[in-house]
Amino acid sequence: MTTLQRKDVNPIAHLTPEDIEAIGRELDAIRDEFIAKRGEKDATYIRNMIKVQRRLEVGSRAVLLFSLFPPAWIIGTLGLSISKILENMEIGHNILHGQYDFMRDPKIHSTTWEWDSASPAEQWKHSHNELHHKYTNVIGRDNDLGYGIMRVDEQQKWVPAHLGQPLYNFINAIFFEYGIAAYDLELGRNLKTKKRRSNPAFRAALRQVGRKIRKQAAKDYLVHPLLSVPVGLAFGNPLGAFLGTLSANAVASVVRNLWSHSVIMCGHFPKGVETFERTSITGETRGEWYLRQMLGSANISGSKLMHIMTGNLSHQIEHHLFPDLPASRYAEIAPRVRELFEKYDLNYVSGPLVVQVASAWSKVFRLALPNRKPANDIDHSIPPRPAPAETVAA
Amino acid sequence: MPVTQTLRNGAWRVVELLTTPVVPADYLDVIAPLRNPDVLRARIEAVRPETAKSVTLELRPGRNWQPHQPGQYVRLGVDVDGVRLWRAYSVSSAAGRPGGTFTVTVNAVADGVVSSYLLNHARRGMILTLDLPTGDFVLPARRPGKALFVTAGSGITPVMGMLRTAAHELPDAVVVHSARTEEDVVFGSELRDLHRQGKIRLIERHTGADGRLKPADLSELVPDLFERETWACGPGEMLDALTEHWADAGAEDRLHVERFRPTVLVAGDGGTVAFERSGISTEAPAGVTVLDAGEAAGQLMPSGCRMGICFKCVLPMREGIVRDVRDGSVTTVTELDEPVLIQTCISAAAGPCRLDA
Repeated sequence: MTTLQRKDVNPIAHLTPEDIEAIGRELDAIRDEFIAKRGEKDATYIRNMIKVQRRLEVGSRAVLLFSLFPPAWIIGTLGLSISKILENMEIGHNILHGQYDFMRDPKIHSTTWEWDSASPAEQWKHSHNELHHKYTNVIGRDNDLGYGIMRVDEQQKWVPAHLGQPLYNFINAIFFEYGIAAYDLELGRNLKTKKRRSNPAFRAALRQVGRKIRKQAAKDYLVHPLLSVPVGLAFGNPLGAFLGTLSANAVASVVRNLWSHSVIMCGHFPKGVETFERTSITGETRGEWYLRQMLGSANISGSKLMHIMTGNLSHQIEHHLFPDLPASRYAEIAPRVRELFEKYDLNYVSGPLVVQVASAWSKVFRLALPNRKPANDIDHSIPPRPAPAETVAA
Repeated sequence: MPVTQTLRNGAWRVVELLTTPVVPADYLDVIAPLRNPDVLRARIEAVRPETAKSVTLELRPGRNWQPHQPGQYVRLGVDVDGVRLWRAYSVSSAAGRPGGTFTVTVNAVADGVVSSYLLNHARRGMILTLDLPTGDFVLPARRPGKALFVTAGSGITPVMGMLRTAAHELPDAVVVHSARTEEDVVFGSELRDLHRQGKIRLIERHTGADGRLKPADLSELVPDLFERETWACGPGEMLDALTEHWADAGAEDRLHVERFRPTVLVAGDGGTVAFERSGISTEAPAGVTVLDAGEAAGQLMPSGCRMGICFKCVLPMREGIVRDVRDGSVTTVTELDEPVLIQTCISAAAGPCRLDA
């Protein structure tokens, strides 16, 4: 990391290269400690979480057989929404990060897990685990910065199409799972030229997404609604039963989409989060990588329930530092990480959900318009590292 | 009936649509873990201590289990501190037991992670993962007229399965068993009962007092040694000595041995990394990742972030030992384990490793 975002204040100007490596060592020590602690407690946690989610899902879907009746519709939709959120966030996201691979249970493993989302797990792992987590907040390399459709940093060039970005972001929030699937496919890039469109790898990925979406849609919008038809027939309203379950499933999916979109926006968009230049990560050291994760992520404060419902992505900073540690450990790790931020006088961005969501949205609105003043051009690079002293043979 | 078959398949496909992206059995697992046809599991029905250092587990196997032949072993996957480790245990119960359960007898192994876990933590109701019975250390369907069993320590376990099944079908069976003391003899009272009833001739040897049994001693104890169909199970040195003795007499066809390989792997520095499918093998020094070593040796390696985040570089390790270059934690995979996917970009060899690539 040679240059940070060009701002009036460079947040790491006070750190020497030695400080940065010391931060890296301290974080590695925390990681070692929690790797050693990892064990039965974490295995039990994820197994119980899966059990709870499956029971909740089966229960909600059973209630939705009676979706014809408004109270059943409300209870079933609520239960299914929560179930889908748990399944995506605390279970799917974390297992796909390899957090539970250590268990050697082939059923709960990053290579075999498939989740309730339009995006096939395999594609998501590439765009999320590999690209986003490695190139966190590096403009032009980390597509999570605006998902390729929005301008979320002053350094990004403004074009008139950005005027519509609050609308795009809202639509993306509603159809977030499809947005993620499209984003994994890099549609913008791959649909551009005929050559790219006909690339076999792209076509195969496209078919994979198509299959996944078909199955997902058949489940939520056809098979489960059909299941409630017999109940509808018994009460003389089969169509009402079908539409009741269909709408309940659609609402639960949208609730899940809105929720995960909000949580994910809070991870890297709020005020105080830094972005990095494309060229800034060549030759990056482990300490510098850690520092970039620290400055590029933001947390959501709240209760234990809030942490579970966000899949512990409320501890986005800790997650970005240690993406493969079981997420339920982040709450234990957080105070230690925070201490480190204070020790080195860095900004630990955290706030309640409402505040963080508002902050992220205001950025989306603000950057829909061109910058008011020209981008600051002052160079705030870290002073170059001293060349290693040459050892002279005695 | 093809029609009903088609209907069943069609119905099943609809059920699978209901549960996509997982399979119906994944939901069933929550309430009935033994019903899963894809993952064989067993529930511990009873735990019975045998000696101070051994315990018998009575196991109820799940769907798709196949009954064992006496003398065979099963692999059990046991979650020790959250990590699934596989070990082989001989089935100690008679074949065709009513009620569908079978038993294994676990003996304490020095530094044995799994055996000490089972000795201390096995409880009724606990679920273990299981594999089908296997092994050719079995009694033939045509029982031999004269049989000899030479066992030491926990080596009695598969033989006990044979005796419990077929002692009454063996007209002339001799069991020579060594254990450190009388109390250490696993199944001691049952063996002595069989002896008293005249079903077997038991020769007990207590190595604590009498010293180790040498093949030469055997000729004295059992003069018609080489006329007998013989099954031997025990420590490697004992089996080596017996094999040599039988070979010298030209009777090797009559000796059947069962070896349990020791599964203790000790982490060292560096090691040979072998890619089994390509046949490439390379020496990887300590601190050099499997990814770098493989690439340097011309192996086509999957890779991604190269810093342990993205899990794109993982390859299955069949057997071996690697150290995480970030935190020093060690991952071992024995021959008995299921292959473990290791992140090659942050794993360095800490001993010989065999990879499936």
